[in-house]
Amino acid sequence: MDITQMGEMQIKGIKDGLLATLGEGDWSELSFGLIEHIKARAGFFQGAKLTIDVGEHAVHASELSTLRDRLSDHGVMLWAVLSNSPITENATKLLGMATKISKKESSVLDRKEKSTPVGEDAILVERTLRSGVVINFRGHVTIVGDINPGAEVIAAGNIVVWGKIRGVVHAGVEGNEHAIICAMDMNPSQLRITDVVAVSPEKRGKVQPEIARIKDGKVVVEVWNSSHVRGK
Amino acid sequence: MSASVSTITSGKGGVGKTTTTANLAVALAGMGKKVVCIDGDIGLRNLDVVLGLENRIVYDLVDVIEGRCRLRQAMIRDKRMPELYLIPAAQTRDKSAVSPSDMVRLCDELREEMDWILIDSPAGIERGFRNAIAAADSVLVVTNPEVSAVRDADRIIGLIEAEEKGPAKIILNRVNQNLVKRGDMLDVPDVLELLAVELIGIVPEDEAVTVSTNRGQPVVLDSHSKAGIAFSNIARRMNGEDVPFVNMDDKSGLFDRLSRMLRTGGD
Ligand SMILES: Nc1ncnc2c1ncn2[C@@H]1O[C@H](COP(=O)(O)OP(=O)(O)O)[C@@H](O)[C@H]1O
Ligand SMILES: [Mg+2]
Repeated sequence: MDITQMGEMQIKGIKDGLLATLGEGDWSELSFGLIEHIKARAGFFQGAKLTIDVGEHAVHASELSTLRDRLSDHGVMLWAVLSNSPITENATKLLGMATKISKKESSVLDRKEKSTPVGEDAILVERTLRSGVVINFRGHVTIVGDINPGAEVIAAGNIVVWGKIRGVVHAGVEGNEHAIICAMDMNPSQLRITDVVAVSPEKRGKVQPEIARIKDGKVVVEVWNSSHVRGK
Repeated sequence: MSASVSTITSGKGGVGKTTTTANLAVALAGMGKKVVCIDGDIGLRNLDVVLGLENRIVYDLVDVIEGRCRLRQAMIRDKRMPELYLIPAAQTRDKSAVSPSDMVRLCDELREEMDWILIDSPAGIERGFRNAIAAADSVLVVTNPEVSAVRDADRIIGLIEAEEKGPAKIILNRVNQNLVKRGDMLDVPDVLELLAVELIGIVPEDEAVTVSTNRGQPVVLDSHSKAGIAFSNIARRMNGEDVPFVNMDDKSGLFDRLSRMLRTGGD
């Protein structure tokens, strides 16, 4: 994703969510600008963990807590405030938020400054996806954890799950018929590759690693064995 | 003294949050703790009814937050207990009258004087839910052994993790041994395996709950009620006691399997 810029404000992806760097100006205008920016991109910001860098601004606890409430109304959690001002730093601590973060940029959201990676785009998600969580990625998705009922993973490439699939999985969403879905325990509420929906088996056999792919226009789910590793 | 703030929430409505809050509050107070419970369900208050304190309400949570009364004035003392108080919800206002930081400030003020602050959360994942968990040190998620309730519990557990209030603990309410035996109710170990967080109590389906709710007499006050015993066991676990999961008339083997699971789960 591109670095979003508005006036002097910058928003970019970092390891711990999003970082908004507010520029110079009056605090009420800056916080208003931030809220407006988020309102305009509600889908993108929904559920985000946000850090703001306020630079030299001296922001008081009441101002900060008002901003936090308003952000929370838009589904954004303000969890850290970076600043050079001791007043702001105190206010931040008072409200139980972090004053330091790891500024390492995330590879998923902001790969602009990196050289082209070898291989294909992929993300690694190291947690269980609970109900209501949707991951949508234009590449491969690897999950170390489960996909619970009510969670959804949509990928242009493959979906590899070191865990159980019980939610919705949709691989090859942009038409890649070679996309595969595999899991240690495959029991999805729906499984789709491109626009072909798998027919779920009447009865489940023994739980073992399985792999789903398209063969002759149908989704076939087979027990995984090492011969599947090679070739498409 | 610094109280522990515990929020009781669920995602789905009607699973037993208010019943649980009232009973845990009475049970903890019965153990000699100083307890205040806060009804966070603004616009739909009913913790006062379940506690039988409805007719004593003068001021409410929003009055405190908007400065129309002092905190003490809005704390209704339950005379059955040495130290149990209720801060009722406002019935006429909408949820936006309270913000998460209001709740943090309020609880900080209460912490000094109390042992436990219990907050009854409204259903859903909106503002009211965020208000209810804002000040929480721990969150109890109430659910029923039923597909939609479990799915909502799973969702809420994820949100609690995202707000860094996790890991939540689970209270499985309205478990009906007969239905479990017949295989007509979700298998409890399956529920726990899916939710993958610690279980702090199993409360059976019990008619005494309905009766007691109508009388404004929480069921923990009834020493014969199975639900009452289950709630008081939860209160003891909250206080750090190691109370085993046993059931007097369990023929389904549920508690056997459960205790095996809890043992192998290593906690
Ligand atoms: N263990 C139980 N056995 C029988 N009825 C119960 C039990 N727990 C709750 N109930 C009933 O379920 C209904 C909803 O409970 P309530 O606590 O108001 O739920 P919530 O606060 O989650 O909306 C009430 O009528 C209550 O009496
Ligand atoms: Mg309720």
